[in-house]
Amino acid sequence: MIINGVTIDATFAEAFAMKATRAIITAQNEKWAMISAQAMTGFATSVIACGCEAGIERTLLPSETPDGRPGVSILIFAMGGKGLAEQLETRAGQCVLTSPTSALFAGIDEGVQIPLGKNLRYFGDGFQVSKKIAGKRYWRIPVMDGEFLTEATTGRVEAVGGGNFLVLAKSQPKALAACEAAIEEMRKLANVIMPFPGGVVRSGSKVGSKYPALGASSNDAFCPTLKGMSKTELPPECESVMEIVIDGLTKEDIDIAMRVGIQAVCDLGAEEGIQRISAGNYGGKLGPFHFHLQEIMA
Amino acid sequence: MSALTLTMKTRLDQRVDMSPLVCNKLEGMSVTDIAAIELQNGKRKIRVDSLFAIKGSDTKNLVIQGSFFKLDFIGKELDGGTITVNGDVGAYLAQEMKSGTIKVKGNAGLYAACEMKDGYLEITGDSGDFLASALPGNKQGMKGGTVLVKGNVGQRAGDHMRRGTLLIEGNAGDYCGSRMVAGTIAVMGQTGRYLGYAMRRGTLLLWNQPQLTATFNDCGSHTLAFLPLLFASFRQLNSKFASEAEAFNRVQKYAGDMSELGRGEVLVRI
Repeated sequence: MIINGVTIDATFAEAFAMKATRAIITAQNEKWAMISAQAMTGFATSVIACGCEAGIERTLLPSETPDGRPGVSILIFAMGGKGLAEQLETRAGQCVLTSPTSALFAGIDEGVQIPLGKNLRYFGDGFQVSKKIAGKRYWRIPVMDGEFLTEATTGRVEAVGGGNFLVLAKSQPKALAACEAAIEEMRKLANVIMPFPGGVVRSGSKVGSKYPALGASSNDAFCPTLKGMSKTELPPECESVMEIVIDGLTKEDIDIAMRVGIQAVCDLGAEEGIQRISAGNYGGKLGPFHFHLQEIMA
Repeated sequence: MSALTLTMKTRLDQRVDMSPLVCNKLEGMSVTDIAAIELQNGKRKIRVDSLFAIKGSDTKNLVIQGSFFKLDFIGKELDGGTITVNGDVGAYLAQEMKSGTIKVKGNAGLYAACEMKDGYLEITGDSGDFLASALPGNKQGMKGGTVLVKGNVGQRAGDHMRRGTLLIEGNAGDYCGSRMVAGTIAVMGQTGRYLGYAMRRGTLLLWNQPQLTATFNDCGSHTLAFLPLLFASFRQLNSKFASEAEAFNRVQKYAGDMSELGRGEVLVRI
């Protein structure tokens, strides 16, 4: 398959089952809601070492938030429910509770309820106040700037993590420009996050390493400087490969995000130095979700 | 199916225990069966059809027409369904109600909503003493749900209240929120003496400055983030509380009762 001079490989991205939740952070203004959200989703690019994958889903208008203030919705993904709960609570406690004027609410009502502010309340040292409003429990925790308002729990749902596609380009600037275009379009979508810095990852990995202590190592087949040294997947004129990884609440959400992202890259086309779109997989044996590029773009 | 409508035929001298006539207890009963139910009336029992003319058959939607102040225990332990009362009601309205809706277009007597667990109670007129409180000797009053009173309420409203929301559009008598354990009481009108007497936790939300005892301490003026959420939850009510003009988030906070646990709060609109 070729779109606008860009070859779409007959391959697939392989993704995994994850647990996810959404939280809504509000503040006095969008600036401070975003600062808190960025802190909460920081150091959360990959479950390999961060414990979770997290990102900002979108900004929210005052009319869309529970307390009528500007807000930001974030998504957090982890491999297990326990890990998700730990990450959520730790991040909420260190990044939202601490952030001036913030409040924290559940972004998903259904599913298994996991603590959001339920245990943060103990920070109130006995001065915390519970309020049950419209069937939901909230905690008011006294803090130095006034009161931190947080919903007690949020819903945990089944999700999918690790959808991806690779952009093969003639140069590093061309690869980055294409990925930036893709991320700009993909960030307009709900229910997905691209957890890596700026949504783009330049260090895609393969399973295993020559060093026994490492479970993953550089994906040498897609490293352009190793074209003459390893079993390369790259055409001779390819100088740079970048990857976009997508976590979504459902397989369909990732389908849509991949289609939108790949289309944005293909719109730039061969004229802008884009050569191929490929994807990362493990032979289909590890992850239950397969995203076939040509089916998605059909 | 039209609402099961009970219209009073006669006003008795003795009080009537209406507790058998709640939706969940009438479910599946024919009109004939309902007519034969015996209600306690003073020291004797009387059949429902000797007191009421019966029309309709939808037991999930019960209407009592021509009610007066001697009909006690209306909606006791109601668990689903709707009871609409046209006229005044006696004591213990909605006692231990579990779920459902009760609307009274008239006044209520003593102990309305006492130990109510959940559901919605609306009284368009006034309500007597011990609204949403505990029965004498019991330690927990209203435990959940919402009570709206459009008129005034008597003394000891919310005594021992544990959870839930009590909304009073009019004035509240003395000892409002006394011995409160938790929950929210909002009063748009004036409040009497000894507000929040011995309250442990909970919120008294007031539109007018109360006369506070020395055991309540001023915590200053604040903008509280939970108030917009609380007022938003009132928007569906047929009440002044639903009006955006009545909503506020700036309050003067007083903490008390310091003679007790002292974790309660009186929030006064500023």
